[in-house]
Amino acid sequence: GLFVWHLRSAGARQIPCRFVHLYHVASNKLITFQYFNFLKRMYVTQCNKDLSQRAKPKSDSIVSPFHDLQQLDQEKKVVHKISSASPVPQSWSEMSSRNELREVKSAAETEDSVIPGGAESKEDRQWKEMKLRLDDLPGILARLSKIKLTALVVSTASAGFAMAPVPFELTCFLLASLGTGLASCAANSINQFFEVPFDSNMNRTKNRPLVRGQISPLLAVCFAACCGIPGVALLTLGVNPLTGALGAFNIFLYTCCYTPLKRMSIANTWVGAVVGAIPPVMGWTAATGSLDAGALLLGGILYSWQFPHFNALSWGLREDYSRGGYCMMSVTHPGLCRRVALRHCLALIGLSAVAPVLNITTWTFPIISLPINLYISYLGFRFYRDADRSSSRKLFFCSLWHLPLLLLVMFTCKKSVLEKEDKGELHGGSHEMAIEIRLP
Amino acid sequence: PPPHSHSDWIGPPDKHSNLRPVIFYVPPEESALERRLREARQEAQASNQRFWARHNRAFPEEFIYSRLKAKGLEMRDESGQKTTLSAEEMADFYKDFLSKNLKKHLQYNRDWYKHNFRITFLMGQVALMRALRWLRRRKKNVEQ
Repeated sequence: GLFVWHLRSAGARQIPCRFVHLYHVASNKLITFQYFNFLKRMYVTQCNKDLSQRAKPKSDSIVSPFHDLQQLDQEKKVVHKISSASPVPQSWSEMSSRNELREVKSAAETEDSVIPGGAESKEDRQWKEMKLRLDDLPGILARLSKIKLTALVVSTASAGFAMAPVPFELTCFLLASLGTGLASCAANSINQFFEVPFDSNMNRTKNRPLVRGQISPLLAVCFAACCGIPGVALLTLGVNPLTGALGAFNIFLYTCCYTPLKRMSIANTWVGAVVGAIPPVMGWTAATGSLDAGALLLGGILYSWQFPHFNALSWGLREDYSRGGYCMMSVTHPGLCRRVALRHCLALIGLSAVAPVLNITTWTFPIISLPINLYISYLGFRFYRDADRSSSRKLFFCSLWHLPLLLLVMFTCKKSVLEKEDKGELHGGSHEMAIEIRLP
Repeated sequence: PPPHSHSDWIGPPDKHSNLRPVIFYVPPEESALERRLREARQEAQASNQRFWARHNRAFPEEFIYSRLKAKGLEMRDESGQKTTLSAEEMADFYKDFLSKNLKKHLQYNRDWYKHNFRITFLMGQVALMRALRWLRRRKKNVEQ
């Protein structure tokens, strides 16, 4: 088998990068044996992005690259496998690396060579074969579909489902979540398919599968189709047509509006906020079958949340975005960027207060949520005033726990359907009152 | 890449364009369709390389110039306003840079999307052709 070892150490104090690569060609075993000896002395581990991800249930994929920027002095070593002769485990320890080397040696000796005489074992740095390896495929597809972001999207959709004032139906819930997840995978894959040269030029995204050639564009599109079409079909037929339409619309909005707009005008942020606001609306419509005020309120809360979240994140990535040629508020209109973030933090307070008016929650919700909304508004104000890296980071990380907490509080303050019946208000018309959720 | 390889090879990011160059494998019995695909990919690669190398060259130089200008202003300000002002300066430079190059960027966008769709479509055609060829061979073997 062939092995490529990629050793990179990026230091904040400009530690020079060291790249070591090894090619094995069966004919020249002596040289490769020496290389293997050399490698044995090196300590090889794999810093898997997944492992360094925060252990939050609703972690965002954007968190990981943001961490990368901060952890510049962390040594990142990546192991790539060329041939599918022997499967390679993802995480390594020094012991297993030695075992693997021994395995490779024996595989090399038994491999029949088709090489013409005179082929040298080149130490060609970093050139990799563009062949699809099946055991890498799950990881590649996970990265292609931005699986962590998808998980976050599905959880906001489930929040929308849970907040709907109808009895909880498990099958509907599962179908809606699955459909939303598939739609999100499809949208993310198409987004990456469109953005290959731009992603190559930005530090945050230059390790994406299409950029590195680990997968062909054709496969990416096929994967997107295999996720998107069943996903939307599932939503339309298994849940209801409204949800399916919303799912399809969201895919279209993300891939055909947001992605090209990123390079044309700062309006992309607002479009992107709508894209983020639609999943909870989808969850709600999946449960109730209709688009009512509650759905729009939930969507509104998520829409407002997007701004402090994204503006704070993009503040630290200004240079990257500018180099990539993206039109982002943080780059071209920094004042507007901070104003909008603050404005929407305050809007969250207002929207939380509207929730009981629409009979989605009891009056306890705005009261309990006031502290967290005030805190994020405070950080938004600090960001507005200071406009520096630390305030933007604080705001960003706050937004990460603020949203799940807000949704959780909302759920616990949810007005039960029974209570509404007592008041003589019936929501919808055709729901069975037999099963009722008792709130804790 | 080793001479016996039967697939394309992708290399490290180019230091000017940050794009990864691809060396395309030319099979001995390349069909016309496959050749069209390979040529389309080569053309896209060359065009991308040209754009990004030029874009990235222009960017840091103007960036450094603007930074120096910003630093000059920085000296005059109180420490409290330092970061804000340089951020605003940066913003002006970026806005300037982006608006100056907007037309070029849009043109490149259109070209890149066209290339991308064409390449992917050709890939689809080639894959289909190869699948049919494989099926035909299997049929022949079965008949024999």
